[in-house]
Amino acid sequence: MSLAAAIRDRDVAELPGKRDEDWRWTDLRGLIRALPEPSAAFSGELGDGPFAALAARAITVVNGRGDATVEVPAGEEADVVLRFVSRGDGAHATAARIVLGPGARLRLFESYEGEGGYLAQATLTVTLAEGARLERVVLAVDSGDGVSVSEADVTLAPGSHLAQTVLTSGGRRQRLETRVAHPGGHARLRLDGVYVLAEKRHADLTTVVAHGGVDGVTEQLTKGVVRDQARGVFQGRIVVAEGADRTDAKMGHHALILSDRAEVDAKPELEIYADDVACAHGNTVGALDEDALFYGRQRGMTEAQARALLTQAFVGEVIERIDHAEAREVARAWAAERLRD
Amino acid sequence: MLTVSDLHAIVDGKEILKGLSLEVPAGEVHAVMGPNGAGKSTLSYVLTGRDGYEVTQGTATLDGEDLLALTPDERAARGVFLSFQYPLEIPGVPALTFIRTALNAQRRARGEDEVSAPAFLKLAREKAAALKIDFEMLKRALNVGFSGGEKKRMEILQMAILSPRFLILDETDSGLDIDALRIVAGGVNALRGPDRAMLVITHYQRLLDYIKPDRVHVLAGGRIVASGGPELAHELEAKGYERYEKAAA
Repeated sequence: MSLAAAIRDRDVAELPGKRDEDWRWTDLRGLIRALPEPSAAFSGELGDGPFAALAARAITVVNGRGDATVEVPAGEEADVVLRFVSRGDGAHATAARIVLGPGARLRLFESYEGEGGYLAQATLTVTLAEGARLERVVLAVDSGDGVSVSEADVTLAPGSHLAQTVLTSGGRRQRLETRVAHPGGHARLRLDGVYVLAEKRHADLTTVVAHGGVDGVTEQLTKGVVRDQARGVFQGRIVVAEGADRTDAKMGHHALILSDRAEVDAKPELEIYADDVACAHGNTVGALDEDALFYGRQRGMTEAQARALLTQAFVGEVIERIDHAEAREVARAWAAERLRD
Repeated sequence: MLTVSDLHAIVDGKEILKGLSLEVPAGEVHAVMGPNGAGKSTLSYVLTGRDGYEVTQGTATLDGEDLLALTPDERAARGVFLSFQYPLEIPGVPALTFIRTALNAQRRARGEDEVSAPAFLKLAREKAAALKIDFEMLKRALNVGFSGGEKKRMEILQMAILSPRFLILDETDSGLDIDALRIVAGGVNALRGPDRAMLVITHYQRLLDYIKPDRVHVLAGGRIVASGGPELAHELEAKGYERYEKAAA
């Protein structure tokens, strides 16, 4: 079952849905009665993406068209803006390939942007050679009518380092998935996420990390704020295979629900088959602290201001972990805009 | 300044204030003393408008304006400040950001211009130095990981920067050693003036050695049962609250 196959074969029966355990909270089968026509080429003006000023090199894939291949040879460095843009009500799928040679370094500023009631899918294959370092910042600003799925398959090599932050305001239905094959060998992985959802938007942040060797490090922190009738989904799975000893893995997911009709579904899973591992996970879903709200209001903030300050601080913890200063600023501004009073 | 008349309030369905009357004129410092459970904290929350503290009868006015009709932030903008017995920890919000947001919110509500970032930093630096607060501490998340004494000092710093007209100090001495108490009291005393009034709520007389009240009121059973000069505090310290509790029962 995959959206890519469904779009290719124009067959709704191939859509993932409730009966697939990994997709039960992001049911596409139940949502999409008939697959839309394939998206037409789009030749209009796109405007700047959210990371426009951050890198000289920009790759833009519009309605599934465009070559999204980024190769950074051994020892070299690159900054790349990668935009996946959807326009209109059609269906499209695309595949991207990101390859980092030994010791290469890439800062990838990736965005999902949409207008219309499209059905979009992107598959990314990401490979890091030994000692390579990738900082990936993903900002998804899909349309409220768009359905969008991004699936990244990442393979790390020993001594490599991936630092990833995914930020999303959701879509009609949206999933941003990252699967990482972690070889251990002092490779380091940071997988962070922020979702800020309003109206009837839906976002699903799913991650699977498979630790296959000794001495691997994974650190994961996802925070979400949902209001109105929005729905946030977090599925985080860390599997530590037999023999992947001295794995150090931490997973945290924390969400604030700001209205009675909003919903958060969370499934943190640690599957450990090795000895001598340090694994921890924390998961909380709750409302904004009323005492802290009153404290802010007693000092003169309006209720809306106090809420904005506290919710921005809540997701700020994740945003502050973005290394790249300008990307961090883009993320901050994005969060402030969505959480302002 | 503050006039409270026949105030009744319920919390969780239980009547805590049962006809409390109190008058604090401008320029004066009044102490409210009482045993645990008398309604001291309830009084401070009712005056500042906390949710869950429901007034069923009576009035509270500040310079003739009905306080009870205002939201907590409107009361703050009119100069009502509560120094919390247990100041809240605000993760992720630097103290400077918190205080500046509050100050500018109050100024906006009063129709005044916002304070610029440089002017605010200068003000914060000045007031922090007077309270012997390390300025670096103000860049950390407000009250997170601060000691009890540090939290109380941060309350007084906020008070000094926000410059309120009517101050309520709720058990400000709790958790303070003598040195911290002196610094905190010094900060409070610096705010005494003809246009300000203060309500100092305390269980013990100790704080009143440092913040000298003009009047002392005894709160027991949800009402003010006795009032007098500063000597009343000493009498309470020596003889306890028992006789007032019996009278209130």
